[in-house]
Amino acid sequence: MHTIRFTVNGHVEQATVPATMTLLDLLRDRLALTGTKEGCGIGECGACTVLLNGNPITSCLMLAVEADGSDIETIEGEAIGGELSVLQQAFIDEGATQCGFCTPGMIMSARGLLNRIPDPSHEEIIEAIAGNLCRCTGYEAIISAIQLAAARLSQDIGSRDAQEGRAR
Amino acid sequence: MSDRAKNFATVGKSLRKVDGVALVTGKPEFVADLQLPDTLIVKVLGSPFAHARIVSIDVSAAEAMPGVACVLTHKNTPTTRHTTAGQGFPEPSPYDTRMFENKVRFVGDRVAAVAADSEEIAEAALKAIRVEYEELPAVLSIDEARRDGAPVIHDEPDSTGIYDVVRNIVADVDIDVGDVVQGFDESDEIVEVTCETQYAQHTPIETHVVLSYLDSANRLVLRTSTQVPFHVRRIVAQTLGIPMQQIRVIKPRIGGGFGTKQEILLEDVAGLISMRTGRPALLSLTRKEEFASSRTRHPMRVRVKLGAMKDGRLHAIEMEATSNTGAYGSHGLTVLANTGSKTLPLYNKAPNAHFYGQAVYTNLPVGGAYRGYGATQGYFPLETAMDEMADRLGMDPIELRRINHIQLGETSPIFEKLGEGREGVSQTVKSCELPRCIEIGSERIGWSKKRGKRLTIGPWVHGIGMSIMMQGSGIPEIDMAAATIKMNEDGSFNLLIGATDLGTGSDTILAQIAAEVLGVPLDKMLVVSSDTDLTPFDVGAYASSTTYVSGMAVQRAAEKVRDQIVRVAAPLLDASADELTLRDNAVFAPAGTSVSLARVCQRAMYETDQFQIGATASCVPHESPAPFLANFAEVAVNRETGKVKVVHYVAAVDCGVAINPQLAEGQMEGAIVNGIGYALTEEMILSSKGRVRNPSLFDYKIPGMLDVPPMDIILVESYEPTGPMGAKSVGEIGINGPIPTIANAIYDAVGIRLTETPFTPERVLQAMKEASS
Repeated sequence: MHTIRFTVNGHVEQATVPATMTLLDLLRDRLALTGTKEGCGIGECGACTVLLNGNPITSCLMLAVEADGSDIETIEGEAIGGELSVLQQAFIDEGATQCGFCTPGMIMSARGLLNRIPDPSHEEIIEAIAGNLCRCTGYEAIISAIQLAAARLSQDIGSRDAQEGRAR
Repeated sequence: MSDRAKNFATVGKSLRKVDGVALVTGKPEFVADLQLPDTLIVKVLGSPFAHARIVSIDVSAAEAMPGVACVLTHKNTPTTRHTTAGQGFPEPSPYDTRMFENKVRFVGDRVAAVAADSEEIAEAALKAIRVEYEELPAVLSIDEARRDGAPVIHDEPDSTGIYDVVRNIVADVDIDVGDVVQGFDESDEIVEVTCETQYAQHTPIETHVVLSYLDSANRLVLRTSTQVPFHVRRIVAQTLGIPMQQIRVIKPRIGGGFGTKQEILLEDVAGLISMRTGRPALLSLTRKEEFASSRTRHPMRVRVKLGAMKDGRLHAIEMEATSNTGAYGSHGLTVLANTGSKTLPLYNKAPNAHFYGQAVYTNLPVGGAYRGYGATQGYFPLETAMDEMADRLGMDPIELRRINHIQLGETSPIFEKLGEGREGVSQTVKSCELPRCIEIGSERIGWSKKRGKRLTIGPWVHGIGMSIMMQGSGIPEIDMAAATIKMNEDGSFNLLIGATDLGTGSDTILAQIAAEVLGVPLDKMLVVSSDTDLTPFDVGAYASSTTYVSGMAVQRAAEKVRDQIVRVAAPLLDASADELTLRDNAVFAPAGTSVSLARVCQRAMYETDQFQIGATASCVPHESPAPFLANFAEVAVNRETGKVKVVHYVAAVDCGVAINPQLAEGQMEGAIVNGIGYALTEEMILSSKGRVRNPSLFDYKIPGMLDVPPMDIILVESYEPTGPMGAKSVGEIGINGPIPTIANAIYDAVGIRLTETPFTPERVLQAMKEASS
């Protein structure tokens, strides 16, 4: 067993875990952060994507002990104080969510992209999300949502939209 | 937009999904997100052989392991024969399955299940189970299945509903209109095409998963990822031999279905474990198990023969289908029947038609329901043959279809002759914008500019192709849906529906229909769906039924509630009930005076002649109006590598009134991309021993974001008079398009007819080589 310390969505956490435990299982089973999904368990589908020190990773492929000392962001940290993030609102507005099982991973990959490139091109979006599989939407709405989020952020109207979203 | 649809306030608007916020914030909405203390983890032992008898099975070592709570095998489980296919009762699929059996019929077939404190212990216990198998000769193709002396896959005496046990034939369908033999004799031109489709899988991103537990009254609760909660309740009760009232099925949010969750695959096992141990049990398939042991699209060989007169009028159509249902007959009959019933009515002008087909058992993965449901397999040869016929007659393929396809006000004898595994229901087409779909789609793709031009850029040769199709909306005289609406004294409503939202957005669409009738915004409809204790009956989400069938039940329930509201409001407004209208959360009299819905409900609940404003209504559809679709694709074929790229895809669809256009477009986009995967890359590869060799999303290639071509989805609205608010269906039809459309575009580009899916570079190169030699 190994004791690790890390932050999740800004909270400092400590856990004692077996060496074989994945970061995904740590998040879901120990910390009850079930927003992160398991679709394949071997890094094929991207449903388990979280941010590790700001970069998207597939948490099913990472051991929990490797996350020692890291800063982790999950879908549960995306909305702040109950207010949807611009990305989340854009996913809703563009109809980018059908069943929603891939959505947390998609949003985390998109978050990683926008952190790096605030105004991504179509190609940069596609490349950033290429590892996230969706069987429902055909992806067009997801691409549109990320474009919309980037546009709103660049115009700094995101928070207003989020408020309207809450009012709906 | 149709004129009648123009006046809607809520319907016809792309309103946000009612579950959208929960889904984008990662709320614990899915089956496995609910974490109950003391939950057992269940793992299933699959057969390593395609066909074998279990001579002995020793679970003593597994049972003795610390942390193992329960081991199930054929020795300690109910033996009732049932079907895993979640269909209406009595089911059209054979009763050929037991929970566990001393015989296994495909690689991955269930041998035993272990429930333990942790996944590690459960897996270790599976390894400790000693099984002695007697391997039997296996049937590994549809041709072997019916051969004299072939191994009999279902030789057990207690299975029922199998057409011909000894010849491994699950189902046989044979219907005639006119006389095709004479029809072909009289025809000027004959075209015959035989196509083969592959093993393919739905691959919802969430695999099959169920969490079972006992509630405070010791009733069994199954929280399960299903399309058919009420069929789960019925079939689990039947399989376990317990009263149905002991079972509650809850479908929370689920991670996609596409047909594969129209099966009762896990609920019996998890449920029995909870009953035996008193503990919650979680059974979730790994992706590898999902590939090996869940369900697939039925692979088929389908032959189509067309006879036409010189002017292009079709005179005779024959379709012969052989379907591989794998080791069990789930949906065997009905998928086969739909291969004909959902395709042949499209060309209703031919006075002579014949559909003949058989579904056969093999010792291979099991077929099931999959979006498109046989129509996908049927349209490939039908629309390929139409393209070839146009070529032979020297006609534009669009023109050939225009003069032959079914039109508004017309019927087809096939509707009555061939239904969902039995006789069908006669109907006439009451809404059809297919001509406009064809016109708009052909303009958008640039048909007249591009067809036959073979634009060549380096090794890439471009071509364009098209196809048309229809589907249905529910199963007439069989499907049944109900809805309950009750009013609250703040003017909100609870909408209780058995209907099952798989991610399609049906909770939202059904709420829009109710909100439209009751004159309230969407957020006044509080939706509870898919809970067998709380919501009224609904067959579930399949056969493109939810908007049309459940939607009509919702509309009727809302109309009953509206009638109650105006009766209560009339004295408040000093008007007669029949002149009142509902809008903007209020009831209005002709004079313009109004009273709020909240006030109306308060009066009903607290003041005068008190009663609960609320109603339940049902719908059994009497027909199955078809959505129509015109597909166009531009492809580029690489002459050196054989690779096919879809450059542009256009789909113009008539789904009646789109209750929520954004969600309707989402159904089309998802279905088309799934269909493109099916056409180009997706294939379960089986070893010579019947094992799935590529049970992962690395090796079974579904489209990713890089694989999606530019798509134009065009909703060409009609108004279906029998549907709720003029709606038909849109869930399945799109998936049928890519295979024939891409195949016809490849022909336009390089002159080869591909008849086997997927259209891999190897197959394309091989066909080009054969064509040039």
